[in-house]
Amino acid sequence: MITIKDLRKVYRQGGDTVVALDGVSLDVPTGKIHGIVGHSGAGKSTLVRCLTLLDRPTSGTVTVNGQELTNVSDSKLRDARRRIGMVFQHANLFDSRTTAQNVAYPLELIGVPKAEIKTKVADLLELVGLGKFANAYPSQLSGGQRQRVGIARALATDPDVLLCDEPTSALDPQTTDEILELVKKLRDRLEITVLIITHEMHVVKQACDSVSLLEAGRIVEHGELGEVINTAGSRLAATLLPLPGDTPSGEGRGPILDLLYSGEQATEPIISLITRTFGIDVNVLAGSVEQLGEQQFAHLRVQLPAGTDAAAVREHLLGIGVAVTEKGGK
Amino acid sequence: MEFLTDLLNNPGITKALWPATVETLQMTALSTLFTVLVGLPLGILLHATDKGGLAPVRWLNVVLSGIIVNITRSIPFAILMVSLIPFAALVVGTALGPIAATVSLTIGTIPFFARLVETALRDVSSGKVDAALVMGSTRMQVIRKVMVPEAMPGLVAATTTTVVTLIGYSAMAGLIGGGGLGRLAYNYGFVRFESDIMIVTIIVIVLMVQIVQILGDWLAKKVDHR
Repeated sequence: MITIKDLRKVYRQGGDTVVALDGVSLDVPTGKIHGIVGHSGAGKSTLVRCLTLLDRPTSGTVTVNGQELTNVSDSKLRDARRRIGMVFQHANLFDSRTTAQNVAYPLELIGVPKAEIKTKVADLLELVGLGKFANAYPSQLSGGQRQRVGIARALATDPDVLLCDEPTSALDPQTTDEILELVKKLRDRLEITVLIITHEMHVVKQACDSVSLLEAGRIVEHGELGEVINTAGSRLAATLLPLPGDTPSGEGRGPILDLLYSGEQATEPIISLITRTFGIDVNVLAGSVEQLGEQQFAHLRVQLPAGTDAAAVREHLLGIGVAVTEKGGK
Repeated sequence: MEFLTDLLNNPGITKALWPATVETLQMTALSTLFTVLVGLPLGILLHATDKGGLAPVRWLNVVLSGIIVNITRSIPFAILMVSLIPFAALVVGTALGPIAATVSLTIGTIPFFARLVETALRDVSSGKVDAALVMGSTRMQVIRKVMVPEAMPGLVAATTTTVVTLIGYSAMAGLIGGGGLGRLAYNYGFVRFESDIMIVTIIVIVLMVQIVQILGDWLAKKVDHR
């Protein structure tokens, strides 16, 4: 549905050239929620500005529903922008307009008749659960309600893609989950493609089907949530399923392995399996088990008795779909 | 009591005060109208052509902001007014009276108002402008449907400040043939040493300013939904 191809953005800052985006390619199919995570300075904001064509990319293309948005003439640019509905971190509602008038704004621009606007706006507000707040001003709404209005406004022109730029970063945990639930509901109901740009791993866990890690203007890891977690040494996996901070190092006592697996791939109880197959005792140093989407995921750090042939254990586990990383120890 | 009776029988009050007040109101109202008509677009242009604005045009911004607005604003109003007398005569056919004074008053306050407009527009967050652009607004739509309505409380306050300034300037204009309360205070209060007339004139001007300020504050609050 949305295809980004080799997107590059180079700024000139004084005498220096700054490469903000260094060949970003991405393909999100219809009806999927894709997360793009990265630290500040990774190029997230530049990516958003290039996707909405607020900034022209230096090279590369953005295609939505078969229509290339980049390289269109200025007059067509405004129509192209309507294919992407955008949700902002701080909602960016117009304070001088009521909730209903905010949602009506994009419809006014394309000259939709007043009566039609009225029904459409009422439907949209009902959809985001704000039917009763049509005549309230943004200042009278809570942060979560404002974000709902922002979402309704972004959906007004029936876009193909909903682009959310840090949609929950200014919200408390409970409101965050409510907004993410709403996004998922809208995806199911409207079969819209969603792109969420965020620095919060929680958002990815809660809402995304797939995820990309953006670093220094490049996508360094990419894949479906289950896929990413089952990749040995994946940094995304380590941050998605972090081990408790005070994990004992267990150094000097025996080989330490980090195991990452999901319920689907690893159907057998892993610890018992190692014990039975190799006849050794396994000590669990730390662990994190979570339900992400529809699947169970586990991240365990285990220690084998000193002198165990860790390579053989590793080999065996890889064979049944467990991602293994050796953490040292002898 | 006797002081009051004297005052109420003084021709300066009975005959001259009302027409002078009307002239001042006339000058202020007309100048405000023209100042807003020209100053609002100029302020929008100042903001839009600036770096990071909707339509950055460096040379135009330098000409408008650096040359026209700043130079006009750095000339003291009394001097600007006197120097504009020939121009006013050319425009309205006479160098005397409230209408002639309106010309120099307007030219003197346009740059002042335009700067206030620019500041008010700068307070509209860039996020709102981005949102409007992303939704497919033309730049004209961004200005008319987003920036001006969002800046309305600031624009109302700017207009109030301008009206108050114009009341003050119009008194100065009175001295060089503009008429109005400035003229009255000068003729009666200063030339004829009738300090009671001077005091009454001051009271009337103070009341005018108070009423304008109260109305302006009320209106600014009414349009402010932030």
